[in-house]
Amino acid sequence: MKKTVYKLIITSLLITISGVNVFAESQPEKKDGFNPTPQILHHIADSYEWHLWGNVSIPLPVILYSEGSFDVFMSSSFHHGKSKVTKGDRVYKIEHHHIVEENDKKIINLSITKNVASMILSTLILLFILGKTSRSYKRKKNAPKGLQSFLEPLILFVREDIIKSNVGPKHEKYAVFLLTVFFFILINNLLGLTPGAANVTGNISVTFVLSMFTFVIITISANKGYWKHLVKPPGTPIALLPIMIPIEIFGVFTKPFALMIRLFANITAGHIIIFSLISLIFVASNNGENVVAGWSVAPISVLFVLFIFLIEILVAFLQAYIFTLLSAVFIGLAVKEENH
Amino acid sequence: MEINGIAAIGAGLSAIGAGIGIGMIGGKALEAMARQPEHSGMIQTNMFIAAALVEGVALFGVVVALMQG
Repeated sequence: MKKTVYKLIITSLLITISGVNVFAESQPEKKDGFNPTPQILHHIADSYEWHLWGNVSIPLPVILYSEGSFDVFMSSSFHHGKSKVTKGDRVYKIEHHHIVEENDKKIINLSITKNVASMILSTLILLFILGKTSRSYKRKKNAPKGLQSFLEPLILFVREDIIKSNVGPKHEKYAVFLLTVFFFILINNLLGLTPGAANVTGNISVTFVLSMFTFVIITISANKGYWKHLVKPPGTPIALLPIMIPIEIFGVFTKPFALMIRLFANITAGHIIIFSLISLIFVASNNGENVVAGWSVAPISVLFVLFIFLIEILVAFLQAYIFTLLSAVFIGLAVKEENH
Repeated sequence: MEINGIAAIGAGLSAIGAGIGIGMIGGKALEAMARQPEHSGMIQTNMFIAAALVEGVALFGVVVALMQG
């Protein structure tokens, strides 16, 4: 085992060092190198087809509702934006990744995009995993094994340390939502790290909806003490009230907003870092021209990407934990009983 | 004001803020864990919470920089 590791290290170093003479050649004129930004942004954004590799992509159905009728067709009809699709008297085309109608008719876009398909996949995975765990409780009463023994400590950790201790006495009502949100964010974060996956939790619409759920639950379940504390936080002198009231009211909206931005930015930034480090190979080889330079940068790039990948797995767990924890804390603040 | 690359400078400044903040949190947490090793678990949990909150604020800056440039 040790000999294999040594061989691997020596080989990578030799590959890296052998590319040095390529960079030492004098460049006649300065050309613009390969710009990786459009590719990176394309991989992070949503799209109407699931691009796997090279020219292979799975077309996804496009569902549009316009002028009282549903138009359903596969996104391959667009031929990457080169052709328009005509259904009845409506002509659709893709402009800058948006579907527009030629005569500017109003469209309600209900398509199955890459993120929607990935969310359906992760929901099926969640239903399978958690359903199997809950069914194994009904059957036998002996010691848990397999999937149940893997998930049970995690579920108990979320329920005891996050939900019970932060929401307080009334945690039963909110445990369903908080557990669901934890596992949804966790599975989608982890799925987003696999090759060819969609960037679900890095889509600000998805995190917006998740934080909206938290906001709605807080607002619905808040008792009178919560609203009184907004207007008069306990223990503040009256002279400070003109400052405290706007801050408190502002805080009602910034707390879910921060939840949304935190999850979105962490996941998207992680994906951008991984893509940028892989693009180092393409920038060094100028998109295939300079093969030796590309190969020499490859060991360094792969090493960095491996390091960042491990950090991203930690970030996946951490962001799910933080979202659930902060939601539990906010809900706990909203339903807190006054202790007289 | 059209300065090329100022979005990158903004993102770098917010990264400085995140680095200082999380570095201080980690340092204080390590000191506390050295003083009382039996409470390491609780200290570590609270360190992660505080680090995630600080990082959330720093990522506001990154998001604005991404939208600009």
